[in-house]
Amino acid sequence: MSYEPIKFYQTGTFTIGNRLLAPEQRTGQADMGRTNSLNSGHRACQGCGEALGARYAIDAVMRATGNQMIACNATGCLEVFSTPYPETSWQIPWIHSLFGNAAAVATGVAAAMKVKGKKDVRVIAQGGDGGTTDIGFGCLSGMFERNDDVLYICYDNQAYMNTGVQRSSATPPAARTATTMPVGPEPGNAWGQGKNVPQIAMAHGIPYVATATVADLHDLEAKVKRAMEFRGARYIHIFVPCPLGWGAASHDTIRLARLAKETGLFPVYSAEYGEVVSVSKIRQKQPVEDYLRPQRRFAHLFGKNPNVEVIARFQEMADRNIRKFGLLDDNK
Amino acid sequence: MLKQTEGSHAVAEAVALCRPEVICAYPISPQTHIVEGLGELVKSGELQNCEYTNVESEFAAMSVAIGSSAAGARTYTATASQGLLFMAEAVYNASGLGLPIVMTVANRAIGAPINIWNDHTDTMSQRDCGWIQIFAETNQEAADLHIQAFKLAEELSLPVMVCMDGFILTHAYEQVDMPSQEQVDAFLPPYSPRQSLDPAAPVSIGAMVGPEAFSEVRYLAHAKQMQALDLIPKISAEFKEIFGRDSGGLVRSYLCDDAETIVVALGSVIGTIKDTVDEMRAEGHKIGVLGIHSFRPFPAEAIRKALSKAKHVVVLEKSIAIGVGGVVASNVRLALDGIDSRIYCVVAGLGGRNILRTSLHRVFRQAEAGELEALHFLDLDWDVVNRELERERTQRRSGPIAENILRDVSAVRSSSVG
Ligand SMILES: Cc1ncc(C[n+]2csc(CCOP(=O)(O)OP(=O)(O)O)c2C)c(N)n1
Ligand code: SF4
Ligand SMILES: [Mg+2]
Repeated sequence: MSYEPIKFYQTGTFTIGNRLLAPEQRTGQADMGRTNSLNSGHRACQGCGEALGARYAIDAVMRATGNQMIACNATGCLEVFSTPYPETSWQIPWIHSLFGNAAAVATGVAAAMKVKGKKDVRVIAQGGDGGTTDIGFGCLSGMFERNDDVLYICYDNQAYMNTGVQRSSATPPAARTATTMPVGPEPGNAWGQGKNVPQIAMAHGIPYVATATVADLHDLEAKVKRAMEFRGARYIHIFVPCPLGWGAASHDTIRLARLAKETGLFPVYSAEYGEVVSVSKIRQKQPVEDYLRPQRRFAHLFGKNPNVEVIARFQEMADRNIRKFGLLDDNK
Repeated sequence: MLKQTEGSHAVAEAVALCRPEVICAYPISPQTHIVEGLGELVKSGELQNCEYTNVESEFAAMSVAIGSSAAGARTYTATASQGLLFMAEAVYNASGLGLPIVMTVANRAIGAPINIWNDHTDTMSQRDCGWIQIFAETNQEAADLHIQAFKLAEELSLPVMVCMDGFILTHAYEQVDMPSQEQVDAFLPPYSPRQSLDPAAPVSIGAMVGPEAFSEVRYLAHAKQMQALDLIPKISAEFKEIFGRDSGGLVRSYLCDDAETIVVALGSVIGTIKDTVDEMRAEGHKIGVLGIHSFRPFPAEAIRKALSKAKHVVVLEKSIAIGVGGVVASNVRLALDGIDSRIYCVVAGLGGRNILRTSLHRVFRQAEAGELEALHFLDLDWDVVNRELERERTQRRSGPIAENILRDVSAVRSSSVG
């Protein structure tokens, strides 16, 4: 991979300020020439992980393509907060059709570019976890299977946020949503359900699949850049905390994204043609409580009598990911 | 060039002559031969500069079409029946976005009960979706209408549905005068979109629109269809100049000048009705036929003019608006508001039931005599219906209706054979 993780840190958060880096190591966002594809003035909540992820991802695509890109957006927060016309935030050619068809619309745009001989114009599709793992899944799988020349980006905030925080197939177990309330003998979302779309994408054998979080924006940009080096179907699944839906503080978006990775709950890796080629190692393993506790959607697990059983199940989940993807350095 | 060919193949060739750039294909009877034909033309290299995409559903077919059309490519797809319903959300989206996609619908019934045969309930279910809907009477007209459809769609920036009767037209071998590439090129200019996704001039398409502008956007969709009322006859006339044939237009009448009874219909059944009318004319009946070729926009003025002197109007339609009666008949009634004529709705040919001349003779004569009910189901087997009604009256767990009826029907058949 083109991106070398930075070895030192100063802040204790494992992040590094751009100004401490050589210009060529800085993020695209730190560059004066950034395209502001998703411009300021949109109506996302404070601390919206999706807005941040989209801004980095789309500008990175613009960078990789010399600004020759077209984006197709599924219905969802990203579409709604960016376009109450005439205040569109998009500085790029952008189309929103429906909730469940972003991948297919992108297939159509890519077909048009091909037939018109515009090989340099690249196409992306983007949507939330609901638009990706649930209602848009048929179109997405079709786009993968045909190996259409599209990069699909899923912004995973683990529920249907735009309609008021309902469960999706990306909602974690035990989480409170408006349709999985923390009541009854097994409060919150059910265990043993859900869909792992990055793994399913890999099973299609497509050229490139990656996961990323908004806590490591260098890694996110590098993955977008790598994705654009391929032709054919590509998929990036970005973990984007949602302060409103998760009941988390706006200033905790980056911290929660980092904890999701550092606990092992959200494995960060990339795969080419169905084989894992890179894994972001956990630098300092954190217990799952540290990730769960700041979010009100898990509040019913804590309080006076913490639900140690459920918390232990989360820990098992994290440890399974750690084993499966080799998330810890072997000497740790 | 005259050619003995299957309706579907004539349509495939006509579409190919229009130089489509993107075609989305998903199979459903009776549309399959059309997309198969186009697939072969692309694969063999006869149709060049065309991306042919085998998609995973009709919803994807229309969505891919939305993407390619919005990116400035001339786009075609075809479907029928369940497929049209499966893509319905995207069908509305394509017209809402003003994308000039052309789609053939090989008209077929909608289930349950599942039925692959012809009627018009599929396209009638989408009559208010914002697409222009034109109906072909013959295979020649089906081929011709596709060439006109691309021109109409692109001039208005609206999608067009070309409706042709499944099996009756799609699978019938007939002589078709196939246009030449030169003729089609002279008639149909290259696609010059009103809006396009282009990095050189970025626009947002499909933004959220609130109450402050939604009514205006909707009104314009209606106004554009009203413009089509002028454009459709104009394009049909231009077509005649180059190709030398009458096809398309809003409505076409047959022996209506002195007719006291006029039968209104859409699609291939017009042929059977014309034959019946010829026979009745020979016996001195003053009867004629009005074929509706553009159902959306609905040519209310033209229909009113054509029917204004008729005493009896029989709307014979292959669709049913359950709970009301006829779809076409309701529209015709509106067009005749204030005119003193009797209007009868005859629902016929549902799910592929043959429409027999003997039956038509009977109902047309009943209409002439003012003895037909306002809503009549042609050749309905009342024994079968009443038996099921009786079953439901007497038994709580009366069972699945369609299966009960099939059992009754086959019992009658086998006893009459045996
Ligand atoms: C066919 C259809 N069903 C339902 C909706 C309602 N809807 C709009 S956005 C949305 C939730 C989007 O969730 P997700 O894709 O996760 O994106 P997020 O808003 O969380 O970013 C839903 C359910 C719709 N617009 N269309
Ligand atoms: S609800 Fe969540 S995803 Fe939607 S704008 Fe707010 S923070 Fe972002
Ligand atoms: Mg979501």
